[in-house]
Amino acid sequence: MADMIFRVNMSDLSTTLEDVPADWAGHGGRGLTSTIIAAEVPPTCHPLGPNNKLVIAPGLLSGTAAANSGRISCGAKSPLTGTIKESNAGGTSAQALAKMGCKALIIEGEPKDDTWYTLRLTSEGVTIEKEEELIGKGNFAVVDALEKRNTESIGVISIGQCGEMQMASANISIKDPDSHFRSCGRGGLGAVMGSKKIKAIALDAGDNKVEIADIDAFRAANKIFAKALVDHPVSQALGTYGSNVLVNIINESGGFPTRNFTQGQYEDHEQISGETMHDIIVERGGKPKHGCHKGCVIQCSQIYNDAKGKYKTSGMEYESIWGLGADCTVNNLDDIAEMDSIMDDIGIDSIETAVAFAVAMDGGLLDFGDANEMIRILRDEIGKGTPLGRVIGSGAGNVGRTYGVTRVPVVKNQGIPAYDPRAIKGIGITYATSTQGADHTMGYTIATEILAVGGKADPLSKEGQVELSRNLQIATAAIDSTGMCLFIAFAALDDGACLPALIDMLNARFGIALTADDVTNLGMSILKTEHAFNLAAGFTNKDDRLPEFFSLEPIPPHNAVWDFTDDEIDTFWDF
Amino acid sequence: MQVQVKLFAFFREGRFIKEDRELANGTTAGEVVDSLDIDREEVGVLMLNSKHCQFETILQDGDVYAIFPVIGGG
Repeated sequence: MADMIFRVNMSDLSTTLEDVPADWAGHGGRGLTSTIIAAEVPPTCHPLGPNNKLVIAPGLLSGTAAANSGRISCGAKSPLTGTIKESNAGGTSAQALAKMGCKALIIEGEPKDDTWYTLRLTSEGVTIEKEEELIGKGNFAVVDALEKRNTESIGVISIGQCGEMQMASANISIKDPDSHFRSCGRGGLGAVMGSKKIKAIALDAGDNKVEIADIDAFRAANKIFAKALVDHPVSQALGTYGSNVLVNIINESGGFPTRNFTQGQYEDHEQISGETMHDIIVERGGKPKHGCHKGCVIQCSQIYNDAKGKYKTSGMEYESIWGLGADCTVNNLDDIAEMDSIMDDIGIDSIETAVAFAVAMDGGLLDFGDANEMIRILRDEIGKGTPLGRVIGSGAGNVGRTYGVTRVPVVKNQGIPAYDPRAIKGIGITYATSTQGADHTMGYTIATEILAVGGKADPLSKEGQVELSRNLQIATAAIDSTGMCLFIAFAALDDGACLPALIDMLNARFGIALTADDVTNLGMSILKTEHAFNLAAGFTNKDDRLPEFFSLEPIPPHNAVWDFTDDEIDTFWDF
Repeated sequence: MQVQVKLFAFFREGRFIKEDRELANGTTAGEVVDSLDIDREEVGVLMLNSKHCQFETILQDGDVYAIFPVIGGG
C-alpha cells in the first residue's frame, strides 16, 4: 500500500485521497509540512482565513520500530508570528498516521457557518462528522469521549477551548499512550485548527503496518541506533530528572532568565530543579521515567502526582517550569504542575503563556510570584475567553502592547524561552534567525555553549556563534523531518555510530541510498524553503533582530548585553 | 583558602548539595573532583563563578565551584 495524501476541504466538506507528488516523496515531518505550505499557501494570507492550510505529517521513520521515531509535525502559516510554522510533538498520532498510509493530512478551506466538526481517519481515508457534544470542552474530555466512541487505542489530535477561540497561543494537543497530552505548542496552530472548525481528529490505523524495503538492514541499523541513544549519558540523565535537569546548570551559567528577563539567576532555583522534582515524584509514588510514545528509549517524561499521591500531570518540560517558575518567580512545583495540567486541558502553549504572564507582571497586571492569581487567570479568564484571558492568551507580544511594557522578550512576536541571549549568545542567533520566531529547538546551541556536548563554545563570546547556530539549524531541520525526537541529537553529536545508523534506517525503510551529505542538503533546502516563504510574506532581514532591551539592559551576574551587529546576524543566511 | 563546592544531579548521591571546603592554595578543579571520588570521565561541565573552567584551573579563595555530570535537555 503506497502512502497517500489525505486532503480535506472544509469549505465544501469534501475529502480526497491523492497520490504523493514525486517532489514530496523524499520529505516527511517538518520538511513535508513546510514544502506543502510553501507550495499551496499564499504567503500573505490571513493565518485564520480560508487560504491558510493546516498540514499534519508523520516523520519519515514514524510508525516503524525505529527508536524515538514518534514525532508528529503540524504546520501552517502561524497566527502568532505570521511566518511559516512547524511544531512537533510525541504521542501516538505519528505512528497511527504512518501505519494507515497517510503521508500527510492537508486541511484547507473553512466552513461558512459556525458548525463544528470532528474528523475520523482510517486507511480508507477521511470522514467528516458534525460535532456538538465536545464544543467548549477541554482536551481531557475530548479524549475520553473519542475513546468511548471508538476504542481506547484510538489516536487523538485535538484543540481545547483556546483553539476554539482562536487565541494566538493555542496549541494542538496529541494524545499520548496514557491518554494524556503532548503539545504541538508553539505558534498558535491550535487557532488555525479552530479556524477550520475542527475540534478533534480521531486516528484509527487498524492492523496496518508500515512497509520496510529491507527489514534485516533496518533491524540491524536500529539496534546500533538504539544502543547509541541508551548508552549516552545525557539520555540517562534525561530519564532520571527529565529535561528539567537543566534548571540548575542554566541558572549556574547566569543565563537563566528570571523575573521577566531582569536577572540571570533565580534565588529559588533549587526548589524548581530537576533534582527536587525527581525526589518529589519518587516520594509520592509517581514515575520519574516515562515515555511519550512507544519506542522511546530515553523516557524524559514523568508522572507527577499531587501531595495525596493522585495523578496531577506528566511531561513537564524544563522550559515550562522555567517560564512559570523563574520568569514569574513562582517557586513551588505543585503550583507549576497545576498550571501545566490546566494548560494541557484548555490547550495553550506553556512557553508563550508563561512569558506572557511575566510580561503582564512587569506591566503591573498581577504580582510576580502570585501563583494563585495565575491559576485563576488560566482557568477563569483564558479558559473562558474573557477579554483579559484573550489578551494573555494571544501571547507575550500582545500583552506587552496592551500594557505598555517595553521589556517584551519576543522575536517575530513569539516568546523567547528559558535561555538568556545576552549571557548565552549563540542561542540569541537562533532566536533572531529562526524561520519561525524565537524557538530554542530550531538550533539548540545550548548543547555546545553550556553542556559541552558536540564541542565547546564560550557562551559569553560572539566567536563562532553564527556558524554554530547555522549548522545546528540545518541539522535540526533534517532531524525534524525523520520523526525523530530532537533528543537523539546529543548522541548524534557525540557518538560516531549514531547518525550513520539513522541514515541506514532511512535507506532500509524506503530502499534508497541517502548519504550524510544528502541529509545536510535536505536540512539546508528546508530552511531556504521556509525563509523564502517568510520573505514573500513580507519579512525582511530587519525582522531577524532581538528586542532593543537586550542591548540596553545588562543582565547580572555577568552584566552581559546583546552585542551582535546587524551585519553579523545577517551572515547567517550566507549558505 | 575557602571554596564553595556545589554538586548536581547524581553527583549528590552519598555526597552533598553544597559545601564550603577548606582547600590548600593551588588546588585545581580536577583535584577537588578526585577528592570527592568522582570519576573524571563522568564529569560533563565544571563552572567557576558561573563560567566554564577546566580540570587544570587553579581555584582561588572565595570561589564558587560547580561540578555537573554529563547532562542535557531542551
